[in-house]
Amino acid sequence: MIDKIQHLGAITLHSFQRLGRASLFLFGVLASSASLVARPRLLIKQLYAVGVQTLLIIIVAGLFVGMVMALQSYYALIDFGAEDSVGVMVALALLRELGPVITALLFAGRAGSALTAEIGLMKATEQLSGMEMMAVNPMKRIIAPRFIAGFISMPLLATIFSAVGVIGAYVVAVEMLGLDSGAFWSQPQNKVDLYLDIYNGIIKSIVFGFVVTWIAVFEGYDCLPTSEGLAQATTRTVVHSSLAILFLDFVLTALMFTK
Amino acid sequence: MSDVLIKIRDLHFSRGDRKIFDGISLDIPRHGITAIMGPSGTGKTTLLKLIGGQLTPDQGLIEVDGLNVHQLSTAKLFELRQRMGMLFQSGALLTDLSVFENVAYPLREHTKLNEAMIRHMVLLKLNAVGLRGAADLAPAELSGGMARRVALARAMALDPMMIMYDEPFTGQDPISMGVLVSLISELNKALNICSIVVSHDVPETLSIAQYVHIISAGKIVESGSPDDLRNSQSAWTHQFVHGDADGPVHFHYPASPLLDDLYEE
Repeated sequence: MIDKIQHLGAITLHSFQRLGRASLFLFGVLASSASLVARPRLLIKQLYAVGVQTLLIIIVAGLFVGMVMALQSYYALIDFGAEDSVGVMVALALLRELGPVITALLFAGRAGSALTAEIGLMKATEQLSGMEMMAVNPMKRIIAPRFIAGFISMPLLATIFSAVGVIGAYVVAVEMLGLDSGAFWSQPQNKVDLYLDIYNGIIKSIVFGFVVTWIAVFEGYDCLPTSEGLAQATTRTVVHSSLAILFLDFVLTALMFTK
Repeated sequence: MSDVLIKIRDLHFSRGDRKIFDGISLDIPRHGITAIMGPSGTGKTTLLKLIGGQLTPDQGLIEVDGLNVHQLSTAKLFELRQRMGMLFQSGALLTDLSVFENVAYPLREHTKLNEAMIRHMVLLKLNAVGLRGAADLAPAELSGGMARRVALARAMALDPMMIMYDEPFTGQDPISMGVLVSLISELNKALNICSIVVSHDVPETLSIAQYVHIISAGKIVESGSPDDLRNSQSAWTHQFVHGDADGPVHFHYPASPLLDDLYEE
């Protein structure tokens, strides 16, 4: 019994230690980010690696999510003669929830794990140590550009995801199922609110981008520099990011969409 | 200017419960090659990281060129590091940059030289290590020995006052090993700087070092010229320098007598 309590205590202490290290790390990254103004090329390179290279999976996923939602909502709504609402239903679901959440989950799997693996491997191969010994701060040259690139990319990717999703829904509902095009577009125009739906969705994706990228770069920087340590860190990035996204989504939704 | 570049006094350092250094004191001269030797796991690389300010000692003092490394602000420490070169065991080349860009990296970071000047300096440094022809290759295309030579060119890029070599000979074929041995020795002579070689490759290291410190179990076991160590009366030093299989460090890991083990029920 005592052993179990001790074990629980050790795990709790360890978790708080990590959280403390991660917080200090975040302050370091934020303080180092100003240096990017003088070296925009570092940021542009990472925007390409983190953002542009994640684009394909986001577009494909967005398209199919929109198509499936159109299909499902059409068959559910047609019984009530409300199939004209497919457009607004898909648009609201994507803008408020699915756009930011699925994009963030895919982003954690595609870009987050790649960031952790890249930084972890740089640590394992002494590249970060080597930079320090060349009097170059790896926080400024390696971590900050990746962090800011993730932070900027996420809302853009989520917006693209939602837009492509609506197009996918249009293709299914209007082109395949024969819904009236005017009905499909007019309801979203009336019902989707710029502040409540679009801005809130963007705020969610900004928060998710911040948290996922923070977790990814921290796990890479803090990992044990061995192949096993690197594997564990990459797994932790995906698991912790996914849980954080789902938890924060609930909190943000509760705060944003109150009556 | 003092003849001593690095002064270490009463250095204590532990990792967790394991004591790595237990009160080490030594001086490293401003010119010439000083070797730090000892069995694997004695903390030779740790010593280099302590000198470079990447680790902080539990107790004791490390001065480089009169500056207490661990009391410097980050900015001052980075200034000092610009005058230090370090060659990591793996080379630690930046894998997303070409050989040329790796050597140019410290110049681009710390100087305002124009592109033509950087190109000249990088090609001269690469020429010094015999790899001017490999300037456009990626680090992944280099052999281990070549990667270390590129890392050496990079370490020399800012014309440092000292270069630290972390296990430069480990895992090298005889030709690469010979190249590295002569490069370290000749560059040190040509640049008249301080070279610190951490290694457990005895013949190669003793052939180029002017002064050697042997570390084991957190203490300095013996210091002296290579000849002093070859002729040492200490049984431990004799075993280490000559690579004897048995001696003060036993061949057998401590165990109960063999017969007891064999006939144990």
